[in-house]
Amino acid sequence: MSASPLLDIENLHVALPQGSERPFAVEAVDLELAPNEILCVVGESGSGKSLTARAVMGLLPQPHVRIERGAIRFGDEDLAKVSEARLRAIRGSEISMIFQEPMTALNPVMTIGNQIDEVFRFHTKLGRKERRERAVALFDDVHLPDPGHIVDSYPHELSGGQRQRAMIATALALDPKILIADEPTTALDVTTQAQILKLIKELQAAHNTGVLFITHDFGVVADIADRVAVMQHGLLVEMGTADKVLNAPEHPYTKALISAVPSLVPRASRQRSAEPVLEVRDLTKVYRSGGSFFGLGGKERKVMAADRVNLELRRGETLGVVGESGSGKSTVARCIVRLNDADEGQILLHEVDLRPLGRAAMRPMRSKIQMVFQDPYASLNPRTKVGKIIAQGPLIQGVPAAEAEDRARELLEIVGLDERAYDRFPHEFSGGQRQRIGVARALANNPQVLIADEPVSALDVSIQAQILRLLDEIRERLSLSMIFITHDLRVAAQVCDRIAVMRQGVVVETGPTAELFDDPKDAYTRELLAAVPGKDWLPTKFST
Amino acid sequence: MADFWRLYRRNRSAVIGLAIIAAVILMAATAHLFFPDDPFKLAGKPMSPPGAEGFLLGSDSLGRDVAAGIAHGAKTSLLIGLLATMVAVGFGAVMGGLAGYYGGWIDDLLMRVTEMFQTIPSFVFAILLVAIMKPSIESIVIAIAVVSWPAVARLVRGEFMSLRNREFVQACHIVGMSDVRIMLGEILPNCLSPIIVTGSLMVATAILIESGLSFLGLGDPNIMSWGFLIGAGRTVLRTAWWVCTFPGVAILLTVLAINLVGEGLNDALNPRLRERR
Repeated sequence: MSASPLLDIENLHVALPQGSERPFAVEAVDLELAPNEILCVVGESGSGKSLTARAVMGLLPQPHVRIERGAIRFGDEDLAKVSEARLRAIRGSEISMIFQEPMTALNPVMTIGNQIDEVFRFHTKLGRKERRERAVALFDDVHLPDPGHIVDSYPHELSGGQRQRAMIATALALDPKILIADEPTTALDVTTQAQILKLIKELQAAHNTGVLFITHDFGVVADIADRVAVMQHGLLVEMGTADKVLNAPEHPYTKALISAVPSLVPRASRQRSAEPVLEVRDLTKVYRSGGSFFGLGGKERKVMAADRVNLELRRGETLGVVGESGSGKSTVARCIVRLNDADEGQILLHEVDLRPLGRAAMRPMRSKIQMVFQDPYASLNPRTKVGKIIAQGPLIQGVPAAEAEDRARELLEIVGLDERAYDRFPHEFSGGQRQRIGVARALANNPQVLIADEPVSALDVSIQAQILRLLDEIRERLSLSMIFITHDLRVAAQVCDRIAVMRQGVVVETGPTAELFDDPKDAYTRELLAAVPGKDWLPTKFST
Repeated sequence: MADFWRLYRRNRSAVIGLAIIAAVILMAATAHLFFPDDPFKLAGKPMSPPGAEGFLLGSDSLGRDVAAGIAHGAKTSLLIGLLATMVAVGFGAVMGGLAGYYGGWIDDLLMRVTEMFQTIPSFVFAILLVAIMKPSIESIVIAIAVVSWPAVARLVRGEFMSLRNREFVQACHIVGMSDVRIMLGEILPNCLSPIIVTGSLMVATAILIESGLSFLGLGDPNIMSWGFLIGAGRTVLRTAWWVCTFPGVAILLTVLAINLVGEGLNDALNPRLRERR
């Protein structure tokens, strides 16, 4: 580390409003950022990592959340004390920031070029023509295709990755000394994420920038960090070089976090039966949009969400469906449970085709296929008690009320919740607990097939590990067959017996997990595997 | 419930509004105790100023007691306001709910009908309806409901549209729940707060429309109301200011109070909006 740090955070306390869970969001945090280094701040949700970054930028949601004590030294100044006007001058020119969601961070009614132009206008005295030239040059630096054209595009005309590149270009417009990146790749697909990480690293080296990189993903840390700071409940629990923190952590919390990161090495394959439970044959689903009332309005647009998809789920196995956003993996799941109606093809459950069944004919079949949803906050009705949410399914199937209630209480226990949860409302539970309730609801009808649509992607890594273990346990115990939809290859490696890779509505490759990971046949599968963050790092399992 | 009251109490003006409404309701409920006679009865000397001749708030050009009129008129205003709002909210919720839940051509059809009602200026439409149906309590309630339901329908439609794709609703589809049960048991409880808030504000509008109709002589001729009092005093405004003023103040206070309560309900029921302050 160099002698004088770029940024020196000393004993930082960020106070939360009265009546919050804890008095300080960030407590006694000391961080130093040297020139030309990437410091990753890692932590789970609520650890205070984002507020630390925002405190540096003077972007705390004041007056409720404010810096109570401590100093943020940048050059000769203390950013905790300088005036708002000075802070504005520093922001964008000497310290700049990129955010998680580029669509909301960019102004939708201004062209990309105008937005970068603003930065130059506020901070420099360049003429109009020079400013435009600089903008085009910057877009070229971040490898945006056809920069001369992109300057005049609006944010919605770009893809997510391109928007994030535009954001980075704006952030680096004035060659800042420090770049703060708050989960900049979390909203992106893995392949795009890999490109953006590479870009940040490349630009950081070229400009000698110090980067404060906030993330929850240890894979990303392994790829990009020089040094790592781990935060928990507002406290800095461990700090050190990337190699040391990732491979020889000292603090028990860091150890627990790293142990919870799913390994990319597929788990040992299990004995499987070859008997198919569910078969999907040539499933096709086209989404139409545009066409409106009486055929007035714009022309109809068609998107092939699923294009002759074939899947086979065997008894007792977990079949992973893996793909990036827009690959059609969720559409397939929704067609199987008949939330959407497929246009063509067959969905055979024990040789019975579900696709043509009407509402009434489908009802008795409903109990055999159930679903676990992604978002534990949106998937439970906030106004219904947990017990009723779980018992609803059996009640509709005609199970007597007393029996359904007993079953619900039993299920709460199976998924690891207290029986007293029965009479409480969903908002009284944490994200992980809610997901357990969601699992209990899916099990209430004694299904044979469980479809899990990204069941852990909204959860913190330690909770994620618990839910995955729970799903594995119940699959074993109740001899379920499971379709597991995920974008995360690490999770897929740990959960799935076989994997189907989807891209743009088409299954490009299917195979046993270990084979698929070792010897991917399709070019896209190879690309996906190569893009997994931290693929060269093997997380150690610490006994805790 | 105690929790709700704690949230509501935080908004001081909403509490004041509630107190005023309570007073108006009390006045309406006890009108026949304090003014046992028919408010249309000629009680004494015409155009008596407030305080004179035993008239608390004076008498009008025919010698009717203004105070008695206000007390009995409160009953009419509240009754019509509440009834019309209930009819409008009920009908609007059904239309909006169906349109929002099913979407597609059902949505198109119901919304075009709603828009048709919205294109006609509401007060003119109400006058027309009452004139066609002959002035009576029922026709006034129907007229007010007919001009007010589109707002509710649009609101409920929006709520249903955003809720119908929520995962908890999909989960109900997956266990095979029927559409009616999903709409009534799952979606509706989650959009009650905005409906209650809009409904409470609609009561105020309904009272205003009713007063306007009575002012124009389109009120029920057998029932005393605030609008009728103002209409009766309009011609003598310069010589007997009290005939118009007191019923006017009564309308002002009641409508203001209902709006304050609506605001308070909004704060208490939609906690996310409150936190922005």
